[in-house]
Amino acid sequence: MGDTLSYFRQDMLPHIWCPGCGHGTATGALVRAIDRLHLDKNKVCIVSGIGCSSRAVGYLDFDTLHTAHGRALAFATGIKLARPELKVIVMTGDGDCTAIGGNHFIHAARRNIGITTIVMNNNIYGMTSGQYSPMTPKGFFGTTAPYGNVERNFDLCELAKSAGATYVARATSYHVPLLIDLIEKALLNPGFSVVEALVQCPTYMGRKNKIGGPVEMLNWIKEGTVNVKAAAALPPEKLKDKILIGELYNKQEGEYTADYDALIARVQRKYDKFQGGLYGCASNSD
Amino acid sequence: MSRVDVLNGNLAAAHAARLSRPEVIAAYPITPQTPVVEYLTQFHADGSLPCQMSEVESEHSAMSILTGASLTGVRCYTATSSQGLALMYEPYFRASTLRLPIVMNIVNREMISPQTVWGGPQDSMTLRDAGWLQIYVEDNQEILDTTIQAFKVAESAEVLLPINVCYDGFYLSHMTERVEIPSQEEVDAFLPPYRSRHIILDPETPMAVDPLTNGRLLMEYRRKHMAAQQAALVAIEKADAEYARRFGRSWGGVIDEYRTEDAEYLMVSLGSVCGALRECIDDARARGVRVGLLKIRSLRPFPRARVIEALAGKKGFGVIDRNVSFGTNTGILFQEIRAALYSAGSRYPAASFIGGLGGEDLTLEIVAGAIKSTIETVDAGKIDNEASWLVRPERKA
Repeated sequence: MGDTLSYFRQDMLPHIWCPGCGHGTATGALVRAIDRLHLDKNKVCIVSGIGCSSRAVGYLDFDTLHTAHGRALAFATGIKLARPELKVIVMTGDGDCTAIGGNHFIHAARRNIGITTIVMNNNIYGMTSGQYSPMTPKGFFGTTAPYGNVERNFDLCELAKSAGATYVARATSYHVPLLIDLIEKALLNPGFSVVEALVQCPTYMGRKNKIGGPVEMLNWIKEGTVNVKAAAALPPEKLKDKILIGELYNKQEGEYTADYDALIARVQRKYDKFQGGLYGCASNSD
Repeated sequence: MSRVDVLNGNLAAAHAARLSRPEVIAAYPITPQTPVVEYLTQFHADGSLPCQMSEVESEHSAMSILTGASLTGVRCYTATSSQGLALMYEPYFRASTLRLPIVMNIVNREMISPQTVWGGPQDSMTLRDAGWLQIYVEDNQEILDTTIQAFKVAESAEVLLPINVCYDGFYLSHMTERVEIPSQEEVDAFLPPYRSRHIILDPETPMAVDPLTNGRLLMEYRRKHMAAQQAALVAIEKADAEYARRFGRSWGGVIDEYRTEDAEYLMVSLGSVCGALRECIDDARARGVRVGLLKIRSLRPFPRARVIEALAGKKGFGVIDRNVSFGTNTGILFQEIRAALYSAGSRYPAASFIGGLGGEDLTLEIVAGAIKSTIETVDAGKIDNEASWLVRPERKA
């Protein structure tokens, strides 16, 4: 492994995340995956929206774009369409990605555009101090759910799968080697990839729900998850209320910008032929 | 009986909303408005705010929910800031053109880019032509009093327009001050329940809201909307007068004046910087300089007649804008004041300043400098066509 610090804008450190926050772990995992693949820094563009998760790009020494709330995938779609050769990565959170940005998420997945999306899921709006998000489990507490959340939460990976993503995986800030492996595989998938990283927010999620500090939260995450490979051999009662981690879906289908380029080439050929046939001259050379 | 408490601006706004008995609230958290939503949720959970509350997935949905709710004839409230307001623009414009008397606090925050979360009224001032009434306030008591009054103004039969009560992010939203909170009985006596008569979705009397409309009829709507804005000038003053009678506090209606009677020079601004202006004016007065403050409370409707009256007989004025109007070289308020005076055939020497963007502090020193510079400009008989920038001297390393 190379020197991962060189991937950071060290003059921007220290970061703003709270002590014990899991966002640094997830950001570190992304950097290690990039390092393993020896990606050219100048061919990587990292885009984020708004929220604690989205602050990550400010610390990363790549071409980065910090955009509007929920819109990272829309901006990233523009970048990928204009420059398909770039490795475009989106760093987002559960609030940013599934509430205000939910529509962009399902349509990016539906198009299978070659963007790698890392969703840091801490189950709460951290930056605005602990409101419940669409990924706060039912019954959990937030500043806007003082008697427990009455709404059901999304299963992000199921959502990604059913919307059309071609690589879907989940790991946690406890299972760091797994997280790095999955991000690495996601970066190699030509189509739309989603890696959900379950991370701890001790400041709001932990405190509001009396889970404890960072260590207790990591234990909570560890106890609440089962690797999908192990799960195959477990009886249903052992899987009750457990969250599956590991590679959950991997299927090759046409990537959007590649299909788009193929379409242009096909129509161009037809047009050239048409011009030649009808007017008996070569295509316009002006 | 009213009680006195120490409140930040967001809690003052939340108390005002609670006391006004809204029936539907929909909001999405955004810095620096977030605590308003939290306080209201807490009131709701405590049982002191019996209403329907929805934490939506975006500001666009918040205003859309309130549009639907208001169309059923109930009282609605929300709050937002900056990018949230920008995202809300589509249903924001529509709420005013549908003539729905929704009340929304705007906790003023600078617009990106570059990324910023700090104060500045660029967010709401940019939207001054979207048909809402907009009042800007200076301190936390004024937030509470004006937000309660806002329901009365918006719902009055001759107005029927949505209204923003705008206050500075952080300087007011997160700073604590002494605030008097009226009792529920007192507010109930001031503010009767809202019952919609002009537009309502009621199965008993069906109504088609917003079918495709031709330009001729659309212009008729716009003409009436403009007239309602003018009627609001009176409604704001009336609400302020009645509030003063009942609660003992008047905020001046559409404008407020401070030490203007014998003033030769007027400083004009809006929002929390008026506090610094008052102090600097006291200082200048102590040195024999006859300067006063014209605080614009209502930006929409613009109080043209009262501005003309307040400036009559003065030597000239200076405007401090905490916003920009790209393409005009000045801030928004400076243009508004100049335009109002043109209609009265008055021509005053005038200085234009832009400062305090992105939460930058307008210190007493900077504001005193702006007063000094205004006097120089006015005495030289000049009219600025380009704003001077009020910036802190860079700190030497």
